[in-house]
Amino acid sequence: MSDSPLTATRAPSSGFSLFYYASPQTFFPLAGKLLWPTWIIAIALTIAGLYTGFFIAPTDATQGDSYRIIFIHVPAAWMSMVVYLVMAFWCAVGLIFNTRLSFMMSSALAPTGAMWAFIALWTGALWGKPTWGTYWVWDARLTSELILFFLYCGYMALQAAIDDPRRADRAGALIAIVGAINVPIIYFSVKWWNTLHQGASVSLTQSPSMASTMLTGMLLMALAAWAYTIGVALVRVRAIMIERERNTDWVRQLGNAAQAGDSKA
Amino acid sequence: MNWESASHFWAMGGYGFFVWGSYAVTALLVAAELVLVARRMRAARAGAARDVAIERIDADRRGRA
Repeated sequence: MSDSPLTATRAPSSGFSLFYYASPQTFFPLAGKLLWPTWIIAIALTIAGLYTGFFIAPTDATQGDSYRIIFIHVPAAWMSMVVYLVMAFWCAVGLIFNTRLSFMMSSALAPTGAMWAFIALWTGALWGKPTWGTYWVWDARLTSELILFFLYCGYMALQAAIDDPRRADRAGALIAIVGAINVPIIYFSVKWWNTLHQGASVSLTQSPSMASTMLTGMLLMALAAWAYTIGVALVRVRAIMIERERNTDWVRQLGNAAQAGDSKA
Repeated sequence: MNWESASHFWAMGGYGFFVWGSYAVTALLVAAELVLVARRMRAARAGAARDVAIERIDADRRGRA
């Protein structure tokens, strides 16, 4: 993926500006350059996390090996909440500053966030059966996570249903921002209500309630999930930038490069 | 080392279905998302190239007329 013709579209203005990369034509090549390092980090962390999780972390005294679902379940649940907050943040930035790239960022994050929410629910069900005796209960933690999954789906469906991208962005932003209230509800649900779901295994105020190798494996997998999410969102935001910026000079130059036999494009 | 043999590893102490069911679905979804997002990117680039080609043909025709 050679984007060299693009970097020439606008010479850097004198001095560094925080907003230099806030426009699609400057962010596009930057995002492209960040991709490979991100994938390499994601793969390395996944290998390290899985190795720690399966070969170093011991079998749990009470749950046996069923607990090994934690290495996916907790990172997925964390990511589903973090991605939603980041999405809502970009929507708010877009509404306040009217920047087109912010809305593209939030649309690029939504499918991956929905995937994490689904994985958290799926692995939770498969973990619930051997430990609680049931795949599903309508308990506060599970229900609020399900609502999070529906919020992601609602955001994507609404955006897809409105033809005018500007109106679609604004309508989607409303769901994203109002729905953000659900994230602290998910997080504190195990404290506020009496639930079947266990409390937080890791918190900032207490020492973790698990073996340190288990914790290491989980944190490695969480970092891997971060890197993966950043990578996949960068690819998607690049695609969205081209889709939405058709008929602009920078996309035309990109098309020219592809036409000129740059078959890698 | 946790596992005496490969079969012990796959059995996951009797929880194989739950553990591997979790990992398999996650791997499948991640793979599917990567394929879809790569396709979307390819389609976007192809669209941009097509736009340029069409513009060129139009300009050619106008030039001849």
